[in-house]
Parts: sequence; structure tokens; C-alpha cells
Amino acid sequence: MSLASLTAALAYFQAPVKGSLVHLGGVDIAVIAIYFAMVIYIGFYLKGAANTSEEFFMAGREMTAWIAGLSFVSANLGSLELMGWAGSAYQYGILATHWYWIGAIPAMLFLGIVMMPFYYISKTHSVPGYLSLRYGDGARGLSAVCFAFMTVLMSGINMYSMALVMKVVLGWNLNFSIWVSSITVAIYVALGGLRSAIFNEILQFLLIWLGALLIPIMGLIEAHGWTNLKAQIAQRMGSMQYTHLWSTTAHFRDNPMGIHWTGLVFGLGIAISCGYWTTDFLVVQRVLSAHNLRAARMAPIIGAGFKMMVPFIVILPGLLALSLLPFHLVPQDVAVATGQHSYNEVLPLMLVRYCGPGLLGLGVTALIAGFMSGMAGNVSAFATVWTYDIYGAFMNKKASDSHYVSMGRWCTFIGVLISVGTAYLVQHAASIMDYVQGLFSFFIAPLLGTVLLGMLWKRATKAGGFWGLLSGTCTAIGLFLWVHFNPAALRYVAFSPDAKVMAEDMYRAMWSCSACVLVTVVVSLMTQPKPIQELEGLVYGASKIPEEHDDHWYQKPIVWAGVVAVGFVILNVIFW
Amino acid sequence: MRGHVQIWFFSGILLLTYGVLIAGTGLWELSHPLANPPVLYELHPPIWWGAIMAVAGLIYVLRFRPR
Repeated sequence: MSLASLTAALAYFQAPVKGSLVHLGGVDIAVIAIYFAMVIYIGFYLKGAANTSEEFFMAGREMTAWIAGLSFVSANLGSLELMGWAGSAYQYGILATHWYWIGAIPAMLFLGIVMMPFYYISKTHSVPGYLSLRYGDGARGLSAVCFAFMTVLMSGINMYSMALVMKVVLGWNLNFSIWVSSITVAIYVALGGLRSAIFNEILQFLLIWLGALLIPIMGLIEAHGWTNLKAQIAQRMGSMQYTHLWSTTAHFRDNPMGIHWTGLVFGLGIAISCGYWTTDFLVVQRVLSAHNLRAARMAPIIGAGFKMMVPFIVILPGLLALSLLPFHLVPQDVAVATGQHSYNEVLPLMLVRYCGPGLLGLGVTALIAGFMSGMAGNVSAFATVWTYDIYGAFMNKKASDSHYVSMGRWCTFIGVLISVGTAYLVQHAASIMDYVQGLFSFFIAPLLGTVLLGMLWKRATKAGGFWGLLSGTCTAIGLFLWVHFNPAALRYVAFSPDAKVMAEDMYRAMWSCSACVLVTVVVSLMTQPKPIQELEGLVYGASKIPEEHDDHWYQKPIVWAGVVAVGFVILNVIFW
Repeated sequence: MRGHVQIWFFSGILLLTYGVLIAGTGLWELSHPLANPPVLYELHPPIWWGAIMAVAGLIYVLRFRPR
């Protein structure tokens, strides 16, 4: 390489430090460097345990309930999740907590108690794999292609979001953030497969908590407790709306989110939440790696317990910022135009407020860890679905096991490269971000209808599954386009002209899931069902669920699901 | 995972390293105060937060060390 090209290459990664919020010291850099060294070491260490497809794609199905459960939550705790929802809490107040409680806990418990036995005893490698067993290759192909496409796109959007915040907060160059973090993820996932991704997700989960937990602790000390914080927010915002979960949702106009409780319960709590937490392979893959059925059922329940606490490190900092920051945050487009700070920067801003050298490095590492766990989840799920449900199912059915492992490793790199490409695409056309997130939701809600009917209704047929899934997806896209080109249609889609974007998403999910169920039922009743013998291990009423022999009552998953459910109800009542 | 070092051991190593590093930084800052300290710096969060991490890390390292 010539000196000129070397200089050009270095300039590509050079950080434009001008205007950054904070500068990291030596100890902060050391904290970040130790983290990168550790995750890559784990990848190399686990390379020898990823030789067969079962080991590479399913972590050998050897994970304990705790590891699978923490990984299940961590894979979802990406940078968009951390910084985006902290920003939403600043924008909408405590209503953002609904995405962690009603929008997650019931669905996770439902997965553990009702759905997991069918996923687990069918020995499927993926959610599209289950659809193949239940409905045939049509539904499998449709869901696999949509999932693979959306997963790498979402991964790129996550990557861009993280790089943007690193640029604003630390002055890091976008190219530096994108390439260093994505190459690290590609190395450790390609080397150790799902096991390496899961191990690192555990590490990342710990780091996220350790790095972010100090913010609410210090913030509550500064605000003199929760009661004073509520009073300060009410005084500053001139409204009590920001600190109530349900009492302001009787009408769309009564709360900052422009949402109604029916949308929260039926749209978010059932269609979106169950769609995501029970059928999105990104998270379900972690649970499928459990070493037995009991662990597979306990994993989502353990995950639900931790998920219920995440608002403490994500939502509470947003609320604290509403009261304590001496300036107001603005939407992203206004921030770009005026040089102010955007909602999405609330978590780093609060981090800088309380953390000096060392702790600042830990907090930044937590943000990077959040991004990397989300990305590793995306690329490992992409590699599995591509290899098993697209390449292995339609292109090369009879390859050797080692060939599929090799394909999985290459897919990991290719998935990362496509994600990087998406990140650059978003950089030049930021509006794509909104559309891709919308597209992702188009597919998830109808898939819930297809999977649930497949598991719970013996009469559902191959044609019913395929046409139901397709019509549900088309319904979601159609409703989106209707409101996009005719905003007045919002009054029909979301029942009110006062509904805002998030409310529209929820009702659209509800309609698309309903359309999927309706079409699946009608088409199934008009077509020939599978013989009952072929439904063994796939459908309720046609499968013998293996008995679990727990020595004590407190080892039963249903007991712990009850404990989490009671906690969920109590929290909702406290913050009503 | 038979024959492998458990993830909890790796977690312990990381916690212990970070805890020592951060608590050490906090102790050093007692004699070398920051020019622009963050809010509530008088509570010395690096010292107690680092110490908590170090103790938790040590427990994990000892409990899950390879045998």
C-alpha cells in the first residue's frame, strides 16, 4: 500500500471531533478495548464447539434456562431499543413503558407456557421450519424470505443509529463506528456460531445493566425521589400526563402519544407483542437452544422477569431528563437543522451528566454492547434461516452437514456486509428508516395468526396457512399505503383522526392479524386438512406433550409465570 | 458446554477487571480532583460502583472457575 493510499484510508476513519459532547480519557478507552478483546476471544475460544450444523446454528441445544432466558432478552436489547425508547420516554413520558410491560410480558409468558412445547418437540430449527412442518413449503418460503430480508435491513438501521449517536456524543467518525463494530460481530459469530452469539449476549446484558444502572440511581438521588420527580415533571411540562400509564388513555387526545387503551391492549399487547415475541425467529432461536423442554419453557419466563425491569434503565433516564436537563431536546430533523440535541441522545446525555472517567467508558461500552448484541442476534438468525429455510430447502437439499456449516459462516459475513450497505443507504436517505421499520411490522403481526392457528387448530390447512399469511401481509401494506396517500383514512384505520403514528401502527397490526386469521379459517374450511397422524408434535390436541418431573412445586414453569404475572399487574396498578 | 469454561466465569473476569480499574480511578481522583466534575461527583460513584463490580466479579470467578 502506498503512503498516499494509507493516508487516504486513515482519513476515512479519522474522527471529526468538532462539536462532540464528551472526550474519552485513557481509562475509558481501556474499558472499551478490554470489552472488544473479550468478545473476540470468546469467538476464538468457542470455534472448536461449532463444527456441526446443530452446534453452529442451535448451539448444540445445550443452553440452560438462565443462559437462554438472558440471551432471549439481550438479543432484543439493541441500540435502537436502548436509545430510542429512552428518547421516547422523554417525548411521551411513562407511556413508553407499555412497550416493555403490556407489549412484552404477557407474550413472553404465553410463549413459555403455551407455544414452547410445540416449537420444542417438533425439533424445528427455525420458525419458518415449523411452518414447513405444519403448512408446507409455501408458507415457509414466504416467511423465510421476508424474515431474511427484513433482518439484515433492521440490522443496518440499528448500526446507523448507533454510529450516529457515537458521532454526536463522542465525535467518532461514522465509518469507524460502523466497520469496527460490525467486523467484530462478524468475527465472533462466524467463528463460534449461535453459542458464541449467546455467550456474548450474556456478557453484553451484564454490561448494559452495569453501564446504565448508575443513571437512574444518581438521577433519583438528584431529583430527591420518585414523588418529587413526578411533581417536577408536572410543573415543567404543565401536565400530569407524563407519569401515568393508563389513566390518560381513555381518549386519543388525553395523552402525549395520541393513543387509546384499546390500541394498547389489542394492537400492542396481542398483535404486535405476541407477533414479535412468539414468532420472530431472532428471539425464538435463543429459546430453541435450550437443553430440555423445561429449560425451553423457563427461558422466556426468566426473560420476562428481566424485561419487566428494563424500564428502570431505559424509561426512567428519559423521565429524569425531562425534569433535570437544563435544556429541551428536539426531534432528530430539528436537531440536525439547529444543532440542538435530539431525543435519541437522552441516554448518552444523562450518562455524561453523572459519569466521570472510567464510568463513562463503561457507559459507552454498554451502548456499544447493546448494538452488538442486537446485531449478533440479527446475523445469527439470518444465517440460520438462509441456510435451513432458503438455501437448504429450495436450492441445495442434499448437501453435507459440513457444507451447511460453511454456508452459515459465509452467510454471517454476507449478512454483516448487507447490513453495512443498509447503514450507508440510510445515511443518504434517512426516510428509508421509517419505511423499513413499517415493513418489519407488516410481516410480524400476520405471522402470529398463522403460527397460532397452526399450533392450536387441527383443521388449519396448507392452503389456509399460505393464503392467510399472504393476505395478512397485504392487508398491512394496503392500510399503510391508504393512510400514507390519504391521511384522512386514519379515522377508519385507527378509529380516530386524533391518533398518532404509534397508534396507527398498533391498529394496523390488529387488522392485519385479524385478516390473516379470517382468511386462514375460511380457506382451511374450504380445503382438505392433513390427516391427524401427520400433526403429531405440531398441534394442540394431536400431540403428546412430554411430562416434566419437577421435584418441587417451585420448579414448575407455571409457578414462575404466575409470579411474573402478579408482578406485572402490581406494577401497572402502581403506575396507573 | 461440557469441558468448556462457563460464560459466568468470563463474566466474572470482566466484572473484576472493570471493578478494579474503575474503583482505582475513583481512588486516584481523591488526590487528583477533576477540573470539570460531573453532577453529584461528591458521592464518589466510581469508588463504590467499582467496588461492587469487583466484589461481584470475584465471587463469580471463584464460584465458576474451571476445575
